[in-house]
Amino acid sequence: MSKVIIIDDEPLARSIVKEYLQTHPELELLAECGDGFEGVKAIQQFQPDLIFLDIQMPKINGFEMLELLEKPPSVIFTTAFDEYAIRAFESHAVDYLLKPFNQERFDRAVNKWMESPRNGESDTKELLETAAQSPAQNNRIVVKNGSKIKIIPVHDIFYLEAADDYVKIHTAEGYFLKNKTMSYFEQLLDAAHFVRSHRSYILNVQQITRIDPYEKDSHVAVLRTGARIPVSRGGYGKLKQVLGL
Amino acid sequence: MSESPFSTRRFVIIFSICWLVLMVDHALLLYWIDVSLKSAIYDSIISNTILLGACLLIMNTIRYYLPGREQYMNLIIMCLVLTGFWLALDRWLLGILVDDSYEYEAFLNKSMVIRFSIGILVVGIVTMLAINWHSWHEQKENESRKSDAEKMAREAELYKLRQQLQPHFLFNSLNSINALIVSRPVEARKMVQQLSDFLRGTLKKEETQWVSLQEEFQYLQLYLDIEKVRFGNRLSTQVEIEEATTTVKLPALLLQPVVENAIKFGLYDTVGETVIGIKTSIDNNELVVEVTNPFDPETAAPQKGTGFGLKSVQRRLYLLFGRADLLQTSAQGELFITKVRVPQPVAHPVEKDQAINKNEMTSQTN
Repeated sequence: MSKVIIIDDEPLARSIVKEYLQTHPELELLAECGDGFEGVKAIQQFQPDLIFLDIQMPKINGFEMLELLEKPPSVIFTTAFDEYAIRAFESHAVDYLLKPFNQERFDRAVNKWMESPRNGESDTKELLETAAQSPAQNNRIVVKNGSKIKIIPVHDIFYLEAADDYVKIHTAEGYFLKNKTMSYFEQLLDAAHFVRSHRSYILNVQQITRIDPYEKDSHVAVLRTGARIPVSRGGYGKLKQVLGL
Repeated sequence: MSESPFSTRRFVIIFSICWLVLMVDHALLLYWIDVSLKSAIYDSIISNTILLGACLLIMNTIRYYLPGREQYMNLIIMCLVLTGFWLALDRWLLGILVDDSYEYEAFLNKSMVIRFSIGILVVGIVTMLAINWHSWHEQKENESRKSDAEKMAREAELYKLRQQLQPHFLFNSLNSINALIVSRPVEARKMVQQLSDFLRGTLKKEETQWVSLQEEFQYLQLYLDIEKVRFGNRLSTQVEIEEATTTVKLPALLLQPVVENAIKFGLYDTVGETVIGIKTSIDNNELVVEVTNPFDPETAAPQKGTGFGLKSVQRRLYLLFGRADLLQTSAQGELFITKVRVPQPVAHPVEKDQAINKNEMTSQTN
């Protein structure tokens, strides 16, 4: 018996998946969620093996919801329109169903998952790396702060700091942790506004008030908040380029 | 103004060779008719250099001022006058610079007619070449402008089609119908009808057509009904139409993208119930339609405010009325307001007596 959750903001879209699921007694439907917040809660509570996930949803989209999970389950996307170039994720998601789909197509997706139950966690991680490259994704970052979910518009970020397996995202409201690498953010954020000034730091260049020399070969950037951020020799070159010096 | 032919390397080379041939030929001819070699060379250099100046002058004039068909007479006169000036200058310079012997003086006077003929021939040929060059360039420019305009028109057409089809809306609606068919067949049938009427309305109406507000709202209602089936209890609308505005005219299909934007913005930026408000009024002989939706000021991305749909509405209003201020957005707390103004023709008085009737189109639906 495998555990299943449906996450879609349209009630009728959930009901059609539920209807199709009736012919699969081996799958047990544990919850239906109308948005990503409910989705995160239900996934933590029920630890499903498979989720049916819509992409366009209120507040946080399907990809952003997946990012918040520590152990993402296997995913079958259900979406109406291919604006997310979802075919690019084909190799990582179990399958994607374009609405409206029929029972036969649904069965095929479910059977594909049953025959080769994948490692949801690693597949979904790869999927998110791919999703991060789509432009729809790069103007905000979704983080979990305790049990709360916080959406940070990227222009509100002061700087990012590496901290072991996490990255600290510093904003006016303090910092938030995200379980990602520095190179992930370096790739995600717009290079015209965010510069990796140091192995462990990425700066929002609009926050810089001045750059002072510091010891030999290195500099320190002073932000509006007064924070002093190390700038390596290579980082100084990149900063000069972006600032047009 | 097109670019000068001298910007082409090949032209410069050919032009220089021609001029060199002309000069050598001129000198050899004079030498052959018994003018001393020195005088022949001087004569050729002086005459042809001044002629070159005259030709450059005429080429430059044509570059900035390409004559039309009816101005060719002026051009011929210009060539004649210029050649005359050239000859006078040439005669004077040759007289004082080259050789003051009696024979040469006599020869000069005798050769004036031939010099004039050759001069007018050269100036004429250069003029014709310059005109050909510049009209060819102008034609080429016109052609590329025309093809650019055509390309833009095609792109606009494609964009319009895409807007009309609204794939996201269409496929999600079909998915809802698919879900209703088994559980609630009557509703499924109703929704098929609504979706068909909505799509037919989109296809039938020309964007240039003007319709009454009442007609526009009937069409809008179809859209709202479909969206309500899709989103269930999450979406409700609050429509207030001033009676006096129902007969007022506006461009067809203007309001639907505005409402669509409000619905998307409201539904995707908040969780829980979304109330979309639509209010019409008349202000200063302008129809005012105000659409409101809830949003979260903290997380709403700034560019979402004037989303993709609103941009096309703004563009349309600008093309129709030449004003950029007819679509305005503002935020009031957690409410986002989109205001559309449609100027009314002055000769279209609002019929006041209709306003007495009970405001029957005002509705509050859920």
